[in-house]
Amino acid sequence: MTDAYIVGVDMIKFGRFPEKTVPQLGSQAALMALDDCGLTIQDMQALYCGNLGQASGMVGQRILQEIGQTGIPVVNVANACATGATAFREAWTSVKAGLYDCVLAVGVEQMGKGLLGGAGGAKGIPKEGLLGSGTMPAVFAEAGMEHARNHGTTFEQFAKVSVKNHHHSTLNPKAMYQIETPLETVMNAEMISYPNTKLMCSVNVDGSAAAVICSEAKAKELGLMSRAVKVRASILASDPWQDRDLVMPDVNSCTRKAAKEAYEMAGIGPEDIDLIELHDCFATAEILHYENLGICGDGEAGRMIDDGEVALGGSTPVNVSGGLLSKGHPLGATGIANIYEVSTHLRGEAGGRQVEGARFGLTHVIGLGSACGIHILEKV
Amino acid sequence: MSDAPLPAVPYLKIPDDGDPYLEGQKCGSCGATFLGERSVCSKCGTRDQLGPVTLPNSGKLYTYSIVHRSFPGIEVPYISAIVDLDDGTAVKGNLINVAPDPDKIEFDMPVEVVYADALGRKDSDGNSYLSYFFQPK
Repeated sequence: MTDAYIVGVDMIKFGRFPEKTVPQLGSQAALMALDDCGLTIQDMQALYCGNLGQASGMVGQRILQEIGQTGIPVVNVANACATGATAFREAWTSVKAGLYDCVLAVGVEQMGKGLLGGAGGAKGIPKEGLLGSGTMPAVFAEAGMEHARNHGTTFEQFAKVSVKNHHHSTLNPKAMYQIETPLETVMNAEMISYPNTKLMCSVNVDGSAAAVICSEAKAKELGLMSRAVKVRASILASDPWQDRDLVMPDVNSCTRKAAKEAYEMAGIGPEDIDLIELHDCFATAEILHYENLGICGDGEAGRMIDDGEVALGGSTPVNVSGGLLSKGHPLGATGIANIYEVSTHLRGEAGGRQVEGARFGLTHVIGLGSACGIHILEKV
Repeated sequence: MSDAPLPAVPYLKIPDDGDPYLEGQKCGSCGATFLGERSVCSKCGTRDQLGPVTLPNSGKLYTYSIVHRSFPGIEVPYISAIVDLDDGTAVKGNLINVAPDPDKIEFDMPVEVVYADALGRKDSDGNSYLSYFFQPK
């Protein structure tokens, strides 16, 4: 089986663009990724498009209407917050299978403001606030409090995640925000669902990201190996049965399963990873994933954030892009945007937030329901 | 419109003669318990081995969040709680009769399931509903 390489990758600066359509947003990133490697839509043999909000709206085909209807196959995918990673993985799969040797993956989302989740069933009466909360801040707060119960993790430790990621975003011109948020600012922000304050919730933004994936032979033929990034592992997992599944979405066991398989596929371990972009949809979630991804032992996540090991300059920097908390979280784009971030570091092109000497990077997303996508990338 | 309140969720049972209770579906093969009817066990995949069991009205607080912002019209703050009942079945609901303050809420605190009107919520036909809540024992 051939190795697969990212030869072109980019994302738009995340923000709010109500004047644009979803296909227009997706087209921007698609053209940027093509320009990044000097190829055109005529060079692409297939398009894999991730979008959630218009999942039945043929977004991929509408992107081609914007940038060139070449007649290639288009696959539209939706997989909650793992949508972008799933589109990328489908593209990767097609190259690994030898079906194509040069394909395009796009993730795009246009978001409203406000709470996600908790809509409930249509029958009878609304259940929100009657049988607990189905809102995302509350669901991830409950997952964080499970960690607090098991390991004594504090509100302050959860809040430090947000301080760190907001600080990182000041170095990322493509992040939605570039604003320092000191600890007291984070802890005193409006409480949404304890222990998540408003500054500990990811930002709903519009965004898009895209990647061009080639086989090894094609990348060499095109002379694109010098900036290529090797895909060492691509894993997708659903949530294996857990006792509390019916009432408590489980983001832990599917991440652990995917991480184990990804390290096996890559033939490396967590100690080899130089930077991680993980799914910090809420500050409480990031803490869980230090342990789920194996960069520390169970119960050590609080120490990791206290000691700065996950900050830029630490042993395993996490979310140096600013993460979903400050870069923003356009659901369908996030999984490719974090691949852009890691690739940029492996290429040594990340400017002020560059993780020096980065050779291996890991990306992680979780879609509740649940889907976990993990990619391990290597500098060529 | 029904004279008697309707159950807020299908797994809340209101017998004609007796007290309301929560009903689980227990797998006869692996013992996993589910809320709501199903024919296949999602833990072990066994078919047609699930039967109803009456769930205990007693358990312990597993985890929670104090919800300060919800959708328009939903009264806040309230405590969204996940409780492990004494038989191991996990159930989600509001924890009541405790201050919405993390210093007042303890993991593993014993709670009981109580049944009461669904916060005055009615459906479009004007029906009232009976719901369940957790409160400290």
